[in-house]
Amino acid sequence: MMKPVFVVAAAAVALGSQAAAAQTLKTVKERGALSCGVSQGLPGFSTPDDKGNWTGLDVDICRAIAAAVFNDPTKVKFVPLSAKDRFTALQSGEIDVLSRNTTWTLSRDTSLGVNFTGVTYYDGQGFLIRKSLNVNSALELNGASICVQTGTTNEQNVSDYFNGNQMKYELIAFGTADETIKAYESGRCDVFTSDISQLYSIRLKLAAPGDHVVLPEVISKEPLGPLVRHGDDQWFDIVKWTLFAMINAEELGVTQKNVDDMAKSTKPDLKRMFGADGNLGEQLGLTKDWVARIVKAVGNYGESFDRNVGAGSKLGISRGLNQLWNKGGIQYAPPIR
Amino acid sequence: MASDARRAPFRFGPRLRRALCGRAGWGGLALQALFAALLIWLGYEILANASANLKAQRIASGFGFLSQTAGFGVSQSLIPYSESDTYARVFLVGLVNTLVVAAVGIVFATLIGFAVGIGRLSRNWLVARISGGYVELVRNLPLLFQILFWYLAVLGALPAPRQSISLFEQVFISNRGLVIPRPAPHDGLAVFLVAIGVALAAALVLGFYARRRLFREGRPMTIWPAVLGLLIGLPLIAVLAFGAPFSFEIPRLRGFNFAGGLRVAPEFVALALALSTYTAAFIAENVRAGILAVPRGQMEAGESLGLSHGATLRLIVVPQAMRVILPPLTNQYLNLTKNSSLAVAIGYPDLFSVFAGTTLSQTGQAIEIIAITMGVYLLISIATSVAMGFYGRRVNRSLGR
Repeated sequence: MMKPVFVVAAAAVALGSQAAAAQTLKTVKERGALSCGVSQGLPGFSTPDDKGNWTGLDVDICRAIAAAVFNDPTKVKFVPLSAKDRFTALQSGEIDVLSRNTTWTLSRDTSLGVNFTGVTYYDGQGFLIRKSLNVNSALELNGASICVQTGTTNEQNVSDYFNGNQMKYELIAFGTADETIKAYESGRCDVFTSDISQLYSIRLKLAAPGDHVVLPEVISKEPLGPLVRHGDDQWFDIVKWTLFAMINAEELGVTQKNVDDMAKSTKPDLKRMFGADGNLGEQLGLTKDWVARIVKAVGNYGESFDRNVGAGSKLGISRGLNQLWNKGGIQYAPPIR
Repeated sequence: MASDARRAPFRFGPRLRRALCGRAGWGGLALQALFAALLIWLGYEILANASANLKAQRIASGFGFLSQTAGFGVSQSLIPYSESDTYARVFLVGLVNTLVVAAVGIVFATLIGFAVGIGRLSRNWLVARISGGYVELVRNLPLLFQILFWYLAVLGALPAPRQSISLFEQVFISNRGLVIPRPAPHDGLAVFLVAIGVALAAALVLGFYARRRLFREGRPMTIWPAVLGLLIGLPLIAVLAFGAPFSFEIPRLRGFNFAGGLRVAPEFVALALALSTYTAAFIAENVRAGILAVPRGQMEAGESLGLSHGATLRLIVVPQAMRVILPPLTNQYLNLTKNSSLAVAIGYPDLFSVFAGTTLSQTGQAIEIIAITMGVYLLISIATSVAMGFYGRRVNRSLGR
């Protein structure tokens, strides 16, 4: 009399996560919103404004996916995650996509059961330090106390860099970005280390941003991008091609303003992109006008970059590596055809 | 017997009830065995299923990661550690850090808790009110908030290392922690330690002798001057005869931080302080409850024997109160140990922070690491409660129960 109950319970456990993993698009549509993992507040990448609206480069990826699926960029449920908890949230199915300035590494790609879908931002690790300490180079940091957020690639990079240069250091790792910043501000550490884009973003949060300086050394490669779970190739394609669509739109000169005009263009590549020719959108499991929806909602990659982290934002980071491949950078998307 | 004459009708309900209470014969045993088997099967099913799901999603599993190189730094470690050590070593580092902060926290929480608990019952109006206020204030604020308060308050009040407060250029206090001279052993150390050992042994013998005399002749004997003389005199003679037992390595500011010396990090101080003051508030209430549970007549009896108020408390009331205090005190010790996992908020590298935090996010092996971590906290807790149970039985025995 007890056995069937256990069998059902065990079967539910056994089948549960598998069923959820296979049909993310269907699940998202049924739920009526995309569940998107973001940071707990990193200006430029993902941060809520004073009205609770999330903005940022990583947020725009979530909104672009929602636009492609629902034709409504507001149908996103943002789940703020610490660096430590982000992968578990994705593995367990709590979120559909993780768009949280996450570095693409081999071990993460292979052992966590996730797939990186592309690179939204080519970053590198650096050091933020008080101007009053008169340090001009990371090579002068021997013996320094360093604050870092735990669960990042930054912890190992510091170890590699300092040991490689025969320098000593004290690494103090905190659970969240805010705790790390507070400890740095209180003087517990001489140096705050993170990806350089984050250092600029965090410097804005400090009481006197002008008293702190980012050292010139870049000690690692940090390609940041969105991730999805293993086991659902259709969803993997949708997330991957959402970013590619934004980059291709910039390359072809499609902007938030001119997207309606461009959609009427007779140029073959634009006709393919906007669904006037072929059924590329349907092949992805989306609609014909998927690219138009994305660009209308968040603009092309360059517009999103400028608005959130680039010249049009408080951070004022130059495009650098993140410029398009044909303008001196390395942002490059496979063609939509 | 009389019941042999007439067999009771078979009824399943009562029989099952008796079976699950463990008082029925073979039938009950079989039911219990079946239940245990079902539990084991369910556990196995969960494990097998989790493992299959991990494999299907190609998430790494197994315990092989423990022998991989960790490659990240840990700010404080009582055992030797470098980045080239393994994750297993990281686990040990975290475990030792957890045990140390829990042990220090338990000692101070007990001391403060007993002082406040007894203080709350004091006849002195001010002492009783201050103790009461302490309990109400501290136990009603979230612990995480208190940990952050102590950390940021301690850090905020302290100067940078270059402006550190120094005591005679030997001890330095800054927002990097407390740095004290580190003793380095010399030749005289062995003799010095022997001298201390002899002095301790002599003091103990003297203590036993004084106690026996008190019980035989009913006269207290003042021994503390002799004990003090022994404890200071013997080591002093050893030092004069064989030279200093150790010299001190004086910390010096070099670059960003102090080099040399022993350092107590602010993370440790803040965590130990928050854990002990917070838990002390609960222990104080346990102590108060325990003392109030001792009948008033005991106090009056003690005083009518001519004992002072303090001696009555110490010799008569508290030993009886311990019986009531011990079980909830064990709970508080367990709580303190488990609460130490909040250390990650202030960057103290405890087990939860370096193993279930950094190691987990670097290897991604959540199931294994969380299982190990839970197992370790369980072991620590069980060990604590076994030790307290042992002590509790001794207390009960000494009270003749």
